[in-house]
Amino acid sequence: MLDHYPYYVAAWIFLCGLYGIVRSRHLVHTVICLCILQSSTYVLLLAIGFRKGGYAPIFADISPGVVTVDPVVQALMLTDVVVEVTVVALLLAMVVKAYEKGRTTSPDDLRFMRG
Amino acid sequence: MMILGSGLLALIAVSAFVIVRTDDVTNQIIALSFYGLLFALLFFIFQAPDVSLSQITVGAIALPLMVMLAITRMKHRAELNSRQEKKP
Amino acid sequence: MSERRRLLLFLFGAVGLAAIYCTGIRNLPPFGDYRGPYGDVIAQLAVYQRHATDTVNAITYDYRGFDTLGEEFILFSAVTGVALLLRPDKEERKRRNQQQSNPASFQDRAALSETVQVLTTALFGFSILFGFYIGTHGQLTPGGGFQGGVIIAGAPMLLYVAENFEAFRRILSHPLIELFEALGAAAYALVGFVALAVGAPFLTNVLPLGKTGDVFSSGTIALISACVGVEVAAGFMLVTFEYLREILAREKNEED
Repeated sequence: MLDHYPYYVAAWIFLCGLYGIVRSRHLVHTVICLCILQSSTYVLLLAIGFRKGGYAPIFADISPGVVTVDPVVQALMLTDVVVEVTVVALLLAMVVKAYEKGRTTSPDDLRFMRG
Repeated sequence: MMILGSGLLALIAVSAFVIVRTDDVTNQIIALSFYGLLFALLFFIFQAPDVSLSQITVGAIALPLMVMLAITRMKHRAELNSRQEKKP
Repeated sequence: MSERRRLLLFLFGAVGLAAIYCTGIRNLPPFGDYRGPYGDVIAQLAVYQRHATDTVNAITYDYRGFDTLGEEFILFSAVTGVALLLRPDKEERKRRNQQQSNPASFQDRAALSETVQVLTTALFGFSILFGFYIGTHGQLTPGGGFQGGVIIAGAPMLLYVAENFEAFRRILSHPLIELFEALGAAAYALVGFVALAVGAPFLTNVLPLGKTGDVFSSGTIALISACVGVEVAAGFMLVTFEYLREILAREKNEED
């Protein structure tokens, strides 16, 4: 169990975010819980690439033969962190528009969307 | 170093639960900033400085900024609507 | 569906997901034991092959540059989506044409202390400089286009905090920002086409590699990093302006 400790934390954060989305009563709260859901993937990726005793993969001050952690998963995480914010901005623009048309921020009361 | 990492992971798990249980949106932004800072520290401890720099700039500047802009705009629109309803 | 029933359904699904997940990760190698070959291969070769000391940026903009092109286009389309969604509709244009003066203020603002105003205005220039430094030194130390772009885009918010609304509005509504955003996105693809023109596959590093440790090294990595920085900065500034458009217009009416 202690061997896989960060993987369990990633699953816990994922389920917390999902729980927040399910019982949310304000649309902005839903978007923030989506952020938390996405951050669980960062914990998972970080845990996959880590090596005990490894250094950071920046060779500005260490020589290139030193044992490092995995740089590929870090490259995946780097762009993801910045792009997530822009997608959150798009979702919040939709929330703002829904508020302006429907005068409410509760997802249960958005009646005009029912088809 | 491993003890620090495990303690930080436990703190992140607790923070995630606190954020989803906070109901007021403005309080949630502050908690989200703190959560982003914890993540920046976690990335730094697990030897990922590039991602840590990204997370600091995004989690402290951009993400709370976006949410606060949305809330400000909604409050502004609510004020305008209430003023229009008061007039006639 | 009532809330209790929704919660019960969620708990049922969550328990199932947790059970399957825990069965799945039991066979993973223990935490801290990294076995995969790719990370080690790239960490040993990147400095010699690309003359870049920051391996993560070399992977982002060169070895896996095509993925970053896709992510940049996600950013571009999200910014376009925000601009489309929040464009002023008919009611807003009518309201702006009527030019009604609002006697009551939006928030009862206390006078801002001069210390805050002077300090934040002074920090504006420093933030822009710092953003440029981080954005251009991506191939040597942690940094690169994404981080530098976000720092540069966050700098005009200091003007908003200092309540210098006129300068803030003039910076953010400048037409060059939209131009730079489009140019940044297009330049990344064009750099890929330059490689095609020389006869190499798309997005190959065809520029001269330079000396390791120099700022002007590692070929197209520095160039692509700069393009991404320009696009990210302009994109964030555009999104901020779209959100604050009607609040800024109201501040302008109050000052008249």
